[in-house]
Amino acid sequence: MSAKRNIVRVSKVTKAFQLGKLDVQALKGIDLEIAAGDYISIMGPSGSGKSTLFNMIGGLDKPTSGKVFIDEVDVAQLDAYELAWLRCRKIGYIFQTFNIIQVMTALENVTLPMVFGGMGNDAAVEKGIELLELVGLGDRFQHKPFELSGGQQQRVAIARALANDPSIILADEPTGNLDLKTGEEIITLLKQLSQERGVTVISATHDIKMLNVSDQVVWIRDGRVDKIEDRSELSISVGQVDIRE
Amino acid sequence: MSAAVNGKTNISKELKKAEGINRLVVLPFKKSVEIAYKSIKVRFFRSLITTMSLVLAVSFLSFVSVTNDVANGFLATQNPDLRQALVRSGYDIAPEDTSVGSSPKQKWIIVLSLLVCVVGIVNAQLMAVTERFREIGTMKCLGALDRFVLRLFLLEASMQGLVGSVVGAVAGAIFAIINNFIRFGTVVFVELALLDVLFSILLASLIGCFLSLVGVFYPALVAARMQPVEAMRVEQ
Repeated sequence: MSAKRNIVRVSKVTKAFQLGKLDVQALKGIDLEIAAGDYISIMGPSGSGKSTLFNMIGGLDKPTSGKVFIDEVDVAQLDAYELAWLRCRKIGYIFQTFNIIQVMTALENVTLPMVFGGMGNDAAVEKGIELLELVGLGDRFQHKPFELSGGQQQRVAIARALANDPSIILADEPTGNLDLKTGEEIITLLKQLSQERGVTVISATHDIKMLNVSDQVVWIRDGRVDKIEDRSELSISVGQVDIRE
Repeated sequence: MSAAVNGKTNISKELKKAEGINRLVVLPFKKSVEIAYKSIKVRFFRSLITTMSLVLAVSFLSFVSVTNDVANGFLATQNPDLRQALVRSGYDIAPEDTSVGSSPKQKWIIVLSLLVCVVGIVNAQLMAVTERFREIGTMKCLGALDRFVLRLFLLEASMQGLVGSVVGAVAGAIFAIINNFIRFGTVVFVELALLDVLFSILLASLIGCFLSLVGVFYPALVAARMQPVEAMRVEQ
């Protein structure tokens, strides 16, 4: 039953940007419900409003109208402190450009959110090492980011995203800057973590490889939800994509 | 439907109040000092350049005031030879004067150099903020509050300011003493009012620290107000 609980609910969300004198409607009324524990991919061409929607779900941006609920809490109602708390404890972010903090070691990067969350130093270090082992970097926690490859940096980012046991992981094109094989490894890792820990993974992506592991794919087109496909329907469309290629 | 939603929102609001204490994001002071220290260390060369303008301005200030201290030390001895030596080396001393102060021209140059130094710090720190926007955005995504970022930048600047202005003040004082030694000989060391010199160094250091904080305040505010969504931007 708990698997059917909605962790994210987007209701009639629109977003307008002002570009000079031009009003751009990035989102034109999106309704979306995401069940806890699912692996969701948001797909869409660039300029479709995919990133905008993604930022809304992450509490990084506020909608012009409509509401975004995370764990049934309206994000727009939160003040700066609560929003910071939400980002710290409820949501883990993974970026296309990894965004490992360059001046810190892998371990310090992973422990930073725990420090923000109020965890003691020793406990944070212990958990940090545990998480780095989980993502397969157990022997590299004292390395600086520039000593790590792209795939390894993304693994650090995944460990960091998991630091405070969030209920949601938001991954913005997590494989965008990685080669094919490393990208696949990262996707497998995300899927595995989502299954083992019951974390909801929401990723915005162009990557067709993502489709195979997604429980649900949300297609965004021109600021609207084009279609939502469950995994069972998916194999067909993946086949079609393959044929076209 | 909407009533049910409102009910639920209210419940979460209540919950939030009850958990209020647990729902605070924190950054212990010790940890902020550690992070600030590390980011200076990693960008050592860059920090050095930022600090250099402060070192130069403060050492100029310290040089001028220590030179005045030396002259005052001479005058305090009431020795006509020393007074004569001062006049010969260009001091404008009337017969009834018992001390020399900075001339308006000197003060003007000092103020100008400090002003240029602050502008230099603002410029360098604004560059540093732009350079680090991704790092700041990422920290905010991890739950950092505006004031954490502000605190990190202020701490960094005060560390740089402290080191830079102490180095500058001491260097300026040493240079002033050497300069006077060349002009007047060993009598400088005999008549040196050590307490006054120390006071001048201290004052110059304090002014330097203060200027460093003034210079970083606006850039730190820019950094603190940065939106976390900046971290998501792909283009460099």
